[in-house]
Amino acid sequence: MSTNMQQNDSNHNDSLLRFMTCGSVDDGKSTLIGRLLFDTKTILADTLTQISNTSKKRGMEAVDLSLLTDGLQAEREQGITIDVAYRYFSTGTRKYIIADAPGHEQYTRNMVTAASTANLAIILIDARRGVLTQTRRHSYLAHLVGIQHIVVAVNKMDLVNYDQATYDKICADYQTFANEIGLAQARDIRFIPMSALNGDMLVDRLENMPWYSGETLLEMLEAAPAADEEQNAEFRFPVQFVCRPHASADADLHDFRGFMGRIESGDIAVGDAVTVLPNGYQSKVKAIQIGDLQLQSAQTEQSVTILLEDEIDTSRGDMIVKTGSAIQPVKQIEAFVCWLSETPMSTARTYVIRHTTRESKAKVAAISYKVDVNTLEQQATTELKMNDIARISFKLAQPLMVDSYTQNRAIGAFIVIDESTNNTVGAGMIV
Amino acid sequence: MLTNKHQPLSHLDWLEAEAIHILREVAGQCSNPVLLFSGGKDSLCILRLAEKAFRPGRFPFPLMHIDTGHNYQEVIDFRDQRAAELGERLIVRSVEDSMKRGTVVLKTPDEPRNKHQSVTLLEAIEEFGFDCCIGGARRDEEKARAKERIMSFRDEFGQWDPKNQRPELWNLYNARSHKGENIRAFPISNWTEMDVWQYIERENLGLPSIYFAHNRDIIMRGGAMMPANIKLADGDVINVPKAGEEVINMQVRFRTVGDITCTAPVISDADTVSKIVLETATTTITERGATRLDDQTSDASMEQRKKEGYF
Repeated sequence: MSTNMQQNDSNHNDSLLRFMTCGSVDDGKSTLIGRLLFDTKTILADTLTQISNTSKKRGMEAVDLSLLTDGLQAEREQGITIDVAYRYFSTGTRKYIIADAPGHEQYTRNMVTAASTANLAIILIDARRGVLTQTRRHSYLAHLVGIQHIVVAVNKMDLVNYDQATYDKICADYQTFANEIGLAQARDIRFIPMSALNGDMLVDRLENMPWYSGETLLEMLEAAPAADEEQNAEFRFPVQFVCRPHASADADLHDFRGFMGRIESGDIAVGDAVTVLPNGYQSKVKAIQIGDLQLQSAQTEQSVTILLEDEIDTSRGDMIVKTGSAIQPVKQIEAFVCWLSETPMSTARTYVIRHTTRESKAKVAAISYKVDVNTLEQQATTELKMNDIARISFKLAQPLMVDSYTQNRAIGAFIVIDESTNNTVGAGMIV
Repeated sequence: MLTNKHQPLSHLDWLEAEAIHILREVAGQCSNPVLLFSGGKDSLCILRLAEKAFRPGRFPFPLMHIDTGHNYQEVIDFRDQRAAELGERLIVRSVEDSMKRGTVVLKTPDEPRNKHQSVTLLEAIEEFGFDCCIGGARRDEEKARAKERIMSFRDEFGQWDPKNQRPELWNLYNARSHKGENIRAFPISNWTEMDVWQYIERENLGLPSIYFAHNRDIIMRGGAMMPANIKLADGDVINVPKAGEEVINMQVRFRTVGDITCTAPVISDADTVSKIVLETATTTITERGATRLDDQTSDASMEQRKKEGYF
């Protein structure tokens, strides 16, 4: 790749990693996040004072770092975490966005939501309890939602006397299970022993586990590729907005027609031959811009304006691809769907599917089976309730340009909208 | 796994690309959006992002400021100047007009007016029929914002119900609303205070002068530093020292800019953006903790205001 796509940014050229944490409060998930924020000096004095006061009020001796992720009054009253929260920290070489999702079974939808934007998942295991049903559930969901990098964190090592044999046994159990579900073949899996409470192997190694010579958690995070770094799908550019400033007083702009959007995958250069779907018009890229900046090429996840050589009638919802790409408009799709709404899915109703910048009305054609997220068994079903995951085929009123989710997360994903409430009721991953 | 190794985007390039995408989704999905613009640093970043998102076209939305009447004149002047430079339409609606209409009633004349902006904002939304307000709120600002959506749904009373927010997955935003309902869109949700300052530095953005270190008369009130004797646009003077309050001249700057009566300055000698970036990297107090008195009333005060329709 040429380097001209990077803007003048030599002072701040650190990349960004989005990751999620899977586990329940009992696994020490909140403590892990609190510890990461604390040890990277993200927690400032006034916040620390606030949580240490609360810790004292609740009769605790040490500062409870898990309070840092304890967000809303509504939750504090119930003592549970009901939603995905986003946290931020930076190491100076990298910025991190943590999606913090509660891990109980009834919160499958929150895990799927958190996983949708993550490129790495930390799966927490309590060293005293080993691989549990919930570990399998978290791993399956991380796999389903296409997270590339899995860190299996065996936590609470302090409570098993930092015993290496215990750790080795848990790693072996997990590896067996990962082989069974195809996770081990498809993903990068790493293991680490830790104590989030004491801080062993998070930011600092400390001295309790000399038998472990692998990376600390923070070293793993620093080395993990960002999503845009390892994406290998073809060029896909869903048009978000068409800029036609023809009323402008500037005569040069009379014929300006800029197609604005985000490159969801692949890369593009001036001169490339492109096709606009679904109509199939062909042209060549005349220019690529970000504001005033003219680029020779651009890559995944950049928001740009593309100008074409020919005057082509294109609008929001169209997709620009490289000429010769095999992608075709389709009017039937098959997908794994996670149901997000308290109102069960109705096979009689018409929903709206939003895919990239495009929408289509959709009806369920068939439900193949439902997946039990604990046993991973396939079960016959005729309905879908909140937190259920099922393989479903939909008939579409308008054609969509899709890739399979495993090949291309952005072009394989969609949401289901209930038009009566406008709520987002389902999340789909195209098979 | 076989992958083409790309040079990853820097975090600022990535955040910028995400924010531009969000702004264009608002333009693509909403029929009558508006961009809330106060002249503060976060909304100045959003203006630059909007330029990158929509130029050479005009912005597909007007700018609007909900003025409490207790704003620093420097900020108001800067707001007007910036809107004029961009050639975009600026709407100003004032909390004082709501007070005249009787829809805002103050308990005491010098009560902070930030929370009353909600009423004026809802009145303006109704007046213009806006279906989406774009704002500069960030998730790192305050606990109650950590779970906020990028497209946040408000009912016809402008209320935010934390238990009734739409799931938000991938970058597939759902900005649909029925008539009378409203979406609040936050393009810089994922930015931290540090990101904002680094972006201001990289983009060479101009800022109102009160963000930079300057000398000013200060009084201590309610455990916080308060700027003394501020002359308002209408000639009134507020924050007049009471008997027993000592006035000290200090070198300070503002980390956030809001209603004068509840936005405190911090002691600082950072008089350039790069010095502010350094200072932000080494500070020990959070942005709102240091400077926003209205968030300190209770542990849940921001959540409460948001439920009532605040940004």
